[in-house]
Amino acid sequence: MAKREVQPINAGSMADIAFLLLIFFLVTTTMDVDTGLMRRLPPIPDKDQIDTDDKIKERNVFVVLINKNNDLLVENEEMSIYDLRERAREFIANPDDRENLPEKDYKDIQFFGNVYVPKNPVISLRNDRGTEYGTYLMVQNELLAAKNELRDEISMQTFGQKYDDLDEEHQDAVQQYYTSVLSEAEPKNIGGGN
Amino acid sequence: MSRFKRKGKKGIGAINTASLPDIVFMLLFFFMTTTVMKEVDLKVNIRLPSTTEAKKLEKKDLVSFIYIGKPSIHFQKLFGTEPRIQLNDQFKAVIDIQDFIAQERDAMNESDQAKMSVSLKVDEETKMGVVTDVKQALRRASALKLNYSSIKVDNMR
Repeated sequence: MAKREVQPINAGSMADIAFLLLIFFLVTTTMDVDTGLMRRLPPIPDKDQIDTDDKIKERNVFVVLINKNNDLLVENEEMSIYDLRERAREFIANPDDRENLPEKDYKDIQFFGNVYVPKNPVISLRNDRGTEYGTYLMVQNELLAAKNELRDEISMQTFGQKYDDLDEEHQDAVQQYYTSVLSEAEPKNIGGGN
Repeated sequence: MSRFKRKGKKGIGAINTASLPDIVFMLLFFFMTTTVMKEVDLKVNIRLPSTTEAKKLEKKDLVSFIYIGKPSIHFQKLFGTEPRIQLNDQFKAVIDIQDFIAQERDAMNESDQAKMSVSLKVDEETKMGVVTDVKQALRRASALKLNYSSIKVDNMR
């Protein structure tokens, strides 16, 4: 019997198998990236710590209240959520050095020199237990947007770059230029409990 | 002259497809490595709110998720239509959050524990009462880095 040469294995269907797997992974892949607002919660205060809330001057505080019908009360005025950003910007920057907006003072900041900026504005946010989460987050977003817009503007003016593109040192400087603390009221349990 | 003629007669041979599997495999591996299989089955309906300032969530393995929303249709008979908290694969109560955080923290490297953050995936229409309770529980568990999960949009209006 003549010795027959071993035929090479037909690999033509390999592509088909690979395609099948490929299509399976294509279909199951979800490329969605999670996005969200980053916030830091304040640590639980010590029991014997004295309440310092009333020591901040009224002009340095920007009070935002949301009731259970999702209405906003900003600095004792009813307001639409779409006007909130503008008002918050005015509060954080106090461009005209107004009496009822945060106190300003001269401050030495790296890269900026000696600048006249608001000292420490505080935004105070309080919501009802019946407020919708969507509204609450929209308010948070507007307050954050006000600060981010101002920071973007000043870094554009000074460094010609957006805040997010700056290196850490420059970002720190910009952060010192426009500071604002968002403080959320400790929830109060009216019905007792702990 | 005859040499040229012969060459012209040959015609075009079949294209060699031997490298096709290689190309397909390359694509296959790409998708295999990027695919993230869903880790939990959502038992609550969640429609995330949209915000303009949302940032990308980095390092997902350092993030624990808490889901809050109305139970989905099959679970409504058992759990009602009030917003419920889902941790991992189960409905849980606010008191369980502290244990959940401790558990998640233990599962991490010691060096990563400080970087741990919590992402809240909450339905738009949930009342803040539940969310506030969860936030208080997180503070008690000293998990202070919080992310309000939302969809990034360019304009709110």
